[in-house]
Amino acid sequence: MRRFSERLNLTDVIMFIIGALILLLVVVGSAATLYAGKYTTRQWLDLVVFGVALGSIYALIALGYTLVYGILRMINFAHSEVFMAGPFTAYFLADAMGKSGFLDQNLFVGLLIIFAVSMTVSTIVAILLERIAYRPLRFAPRLVPLITAIGASFFLQYFFRGLYGPNIKVYPEIAFLKNVIRIGDLNIQYLQVLVIAAAALMMIGLQIFIQRSRTGKAMRAVAEDKQTAALMGIDIDQIIVITFVIGGALAGAAGVLYALMFKQVNFIMGFIPGIKAFTAAVLGGIGNVPGAMVGGMFLGIIESIGPTLFLDGLNVPAPQQLKDAIAFTLLVLVLIFRPSGILGEKLAQKKA
Amino acid sequence: MLSNPDRSYPIKIGLLSGVIAVLIALEGMIQAFGARDIIGGVISLGHALLYATFFAAAYLAIRRSGATRLVNTIFVGALSSLIASIFVIALVWLGSWTDLGYVFVNATQPLYELLTFKQGLVVGSLLMLIVGIVMGILAALTVALPAKTRQYILTPVIWVITLGVLQDLVTVTIQNMPFLKPVTNFLYVSNGLSIPGALTIFVLLLAINYFWLEKRSAAQNRYASLPPASRRAVRWGSIGIGVVLLLMLPQILGLYLSEVLDNVGLYLLMGLGLNIVVGFAGLLDLGYVAFFAIGAYTVGVLTSPELGHAVIIGNWWVALPFGVAVAAFAGILLGIPVLKMRGDYLAIVTLGFGEIIRLLALSDVLKPFFGGAQGTRSIADPDIGPLEMTWSPQSFYYLFLAGCILVIFVSTRVKNSRLGRAWMAVREDEDVAQAMGIDLVATKLLAFGMGASFGGLAGAIYASKLTSIFPHSFNFLISINVLSLIIIGGMGSIPGVVVGALALVGLPELLREFSDFRYLLYGAALVVMMLVRPEGLVPEARRAMELEEFREEEEPAKEPVVLKTMGQP
Repeated sequence: MRRFSERLNLTDVIMFIIGALILLLVVVGSAATLYAGKYTTRQWLDLVVFGVALGSIYALIALGYTLVYGILRMINFAHSEVFMAGPFTAYFLADAMGKSGFLDQNLFVGLLIIFAVSMTVSTIVAILLERIAYRPLRFAPRLVPLITAIGASFFLQYFFRGLYGPNIKVYPEIAFLKNVIRIGDLNIQYLQVLVIAAAALMMIGLQIFIQRSRTGKAMRAVAEDKQTAALMGIDIDQIIVITFVIGGALAGAAGVLYALMFKQVNFIMGFIPGIKAFTAAVLGGIGNVPGAMVGGMFLGIIESIGPTLFLDGLNVPAPQQLKDAIAFTLLVLVLIFRPSGILGEKLAQKKA
Repeated sequence: MLSNPDRSYPIKIGLLSGVIAVLIALEGMIQAFGARDIIGGVISLGHALLYATFFAAAYLAIRRSGATRLVNTIFVGALSSLIASIFVIALVWLGSWTDLGYVFVNATQPLYELLTFKQGLVVGSLLMLIVGIVMGILAALTVALPAKTRQYILTPVIWVITLGVLQDLVTVTIQNMPFLKPVTNFLYVSNGLSIPGALTIFVLLLAINYFWLEKRSAAQNRYASLPPASRRAVRWGSIGIGVVLLLMLPQILGLYLSEVLDNVGLYLLMGLGLNIVVGFAGLLDLGYVAFFAIGAYTVGVLTSPELGHAVIIGNWWVALPFGVAVAAFAGILLGIPVLKMRGDYLAIVTLGFGEIIRLLALSDVLKPFFGGAQGTRSIADPDIGPLEMTWSPQSFYYLFLAGCILVIFVSTRVKNSRLGRAWMAVREDEDVAQAMGIDLVATKLLAFGMGASFGGLAGAIYASKLTSIFPHSFNFLISINVLSLIIIGGMGSIPGVVVGALALVGLPELLREFSDFRYLLYGAALVVMMLVRPEGLVPEARRAMELEEFREEEEPAKEPVVLKTMGQP
């Protein structure tokens, strides 16, 4: 008992009180909302489905953060712009195909082309980013590549703004994807099925690639220990490029899914999803691939049902306004209380 | 390397520069800058930018190719800048066949006209090719000139460009001094310098530059040989002139430029605050705008009668200490949770804090307190006592000046104190600093608190200047602005922050065309700065040393790579 009181210091107490207060807020809010019974089971299920779809997109972006962090031990701040570049470029194709009616007639081919273009552009941006901004700074003090990444992020945002214009562009509506599957109280749009299925497919593919293939094994080796991996004959530079390629392609795909869900693209669209995906990556334990998927789902669901569940019962006006604030609060809380994440590695304390 | 030059180098550099030139055109830079002539009717800033790209291509190609004979350098230079100019022509031809404007907003007819000098497709293309070749030859001649001659010519050329571009600044300033009017009438036409004006400036500066470079050491010797008393007199005299100039500045420069100065002052205040956190203590804070907002909102809420609070302080000067204190307190409060974090995580958490504060100020929940999206309005003027003044940008200048002098004074004193050295120790190595008996908690919290209080001061003045504040004025871009200026000026260096604020806040305001490309260029500047000169424009001595160490360490780390490439056939 005495040792416990000796170990305790003021900052820990303050942190504990803050954490307890937020927990209390969440519990009381949820209880009040559920007690009031304003929402039906169907509405809750709708929110959950939306959350899972949103979460799969976050997970795809989060994989880019996690893969790069695992190997370079740096946060690729510009990853949100890699995510933006693909769908912003593919918009013109989607728009042209939507207007000519091609997209409605050959939905599968049309979507495939959009995905291909978006993934290619994102991948190219990711490769250039690594080559120009990150490679020369691989041995620099930590702050230097981080600032470079922030600069690159801004450069890319405003570069694409200059190229394609500052206006919001609207992706074409695809009538087919608005159809709904009904299973009891559960309503799922075809679009949500597409998003969840595509994301799941890519994540399973990535997991198999990393666990089974030779390159995947080399990636894991480099993440474990760069010097030793180099001595074993692994080309570090090449592995890093491959990592950026995978992250970029996944981000490009996630971008199209995001654009299909929210219809709008512009140069700033990457910022908020980028931070949220980073939150997802930290939630699951940064550097941990399955963790990023779990973290993405978790964040998507919290963001979707959180404002209603936590805040509505407390009579907060317009709780949806605060969904971003909830995501950011979650980010801050996770980084403070559990920087190693849900499935985190033990090493995290040393790295953070 | 000289013995075996890579022959494909000019072509590679030409291709690369061509792509860059086309991207510059598609970004809309040539069009935007094309409206501003450096020399009226002769050359616009947009064209100068394009030519500079060609010139740079040729110059780099010559340097890298290792060619020494004049004929060879001319060939190499002309080849690579010609390739670059072919790209530009290809863009125009492509644009005339297909509708590039569907994708690229800036690929429009006016751009093509600019790129073909309004001479039609064929003649314009030929002219562009000739420009490419001429730039290559010019680059070759530049390389061939002796270093000293190059220096003599380069400075006047830069001055002609600067004076041409800053026409508005010069003419507006001189409007307040009617006796100088004939000079501007001679130097400038309606858009840009006049041809005789440009020539006069060039010749005049060539002469001044020559004498300066030749006689500088003589002047310095003479100053050094003066008796100490008169040397002191010279020093105090120049300081006196500087002070008088600083005080007279708003009167000399007029209303619009005073507004620009106010902005510089505002960012200087924030920059000096963030400099304590990032520059001195090495804690990367991306949510600095939060403290700016807290200072502004505290003063706003305390002095605005509109929100109908119980406590309203009518006097701005009474509310000011509250604004600073609340910001400092918030700095410490937000500092506590992040005490154990370093680098990346710290940056993200502070970014999160900044966004949360903005989202809360914007939300309907706190609308009764902060006014939500409608903001807080009717904030008090900084009137002194019963003195009712009309507050213009010119009078706010003095408030910013006083604030900046105070903050610079505090920063300089703190930097060399025990606390300042503790911050630097923490920046260099936290674990070692702790082992040497530095209290990490107190040191870091003081950095957060002091940095935040400067931000709060900036916010308080800002709130009073605008009289109404809105949540969307406190977005992430402000944090990035402030961070960019201290990084480009030189982290931890107080003169660096001043230079950074003038260059990054002052310059873009003088060149209106600039504003569209502001963040594009900030982003590029951050990356280039980190790659080429991570210590900043005006580096701090200690920091430069640290980064020097890293460069020395870097060399042996590259060894395994060399071994590996040698092993390959």
